[in-house]
Amino acid sequence: MSTGAIVIAGCAVVTFAIKAAGPVALGGRELPIWFTSVVVLLAPALLAALVASQALADGDRLAIGADTAGVAVGGFAAWRTGSIVACVLLAPAVTAALRAL
Amino acid sequence: MSAIVFAGSAQFSAVAILAQGGGAGAAIAAAALMNSRFLPMGVAFAPSLRGGAVKRALQGQPVVDASWALAARPDGSFDRMLLFGSSAVAYASWVTGTAVGALWGEALGDPHDLGLDALFPAFFVALLLNEARSGRARGVAALGALIALALVPIAPAGVPVLVASLAALVGLTRGARETVLERQEAEGEPR
Repeated sequence: MSTGAIVIAGCAVVTFAIKAAGPVALGGRELPIWFTSVVVLLAPALLAALVASQALADGDRLAIGADTAGVAVGGFAAWRTGSIVACVLLAPAVTAALRAL
Repeated sequence: MSAIVFAGSAQFSAVAILAQGGGAGAAIAAAALMNSRFLPMGVAFAPSLRGGAVKRALQGQPVVDASWALAARPDGSFDRMLLFGSSAVAYASWVTGTAVGALWGEALGDPHDLGLDALFPAFFVALLLNEARSGRARGVAALGALIALALVPIAPAGVPVLVASLAALVGLTRGARETVLERQEAEGEPR
């Protein structure tokens, strides 16, 4: 099996299990507070790490480039307008414009 | 992948790690971590579901961030039909968009010239702005970013993002647990 097929199958199984876990396991039982407390903070930690490792690095090298500027402009648009659409349209547009210069 | 996984941020993080040269294990682990937020969502949604274990497991599948948030009622219960309906619309556009990209992506030109490598991180920034409402979440985001940047030059691809998830252990502090407890009490016990 190719890596792609393994990853897709793995993600499908893992996602199914995670989404099924709550509805199946909960018989009036709740997750302990410390668990919920960690889980709600996983999303910001992971998203920030993904942004940093993609926008501020090139492979295994820290690098600032046209994509960094594009992401910054897109992020600013998302922050000011609350529009994800504006953000994902602006970021590549700015990056492409800078590369075309 | 869109048809059978249907979890945008998990798909993107798995693909991003593969694109950085990471292995299948790291990609699947990142997707699982990204999806771990569906655990508490599923737990909150569970009391609004009827039927046996298999039926409940299947009803948990359409849960995505936007439809989950839409269907949440102030008393802690959920409008099941609103959740299934909004997820159906999202699912149809998600799969259609993926197919269009796969079929005609070549004709659209070189992704590098189009600046498309800025699209994923920009999308994550937008999602992050939505997540990082509290000072604690912003602190955890900053810590996660710092951990990732520190590890990028020395660790294999994929590892920096996985290790950065340890920043969420800030949730073990007493202050963080009390915040969650207060929020749960404010929302009322789910029925």
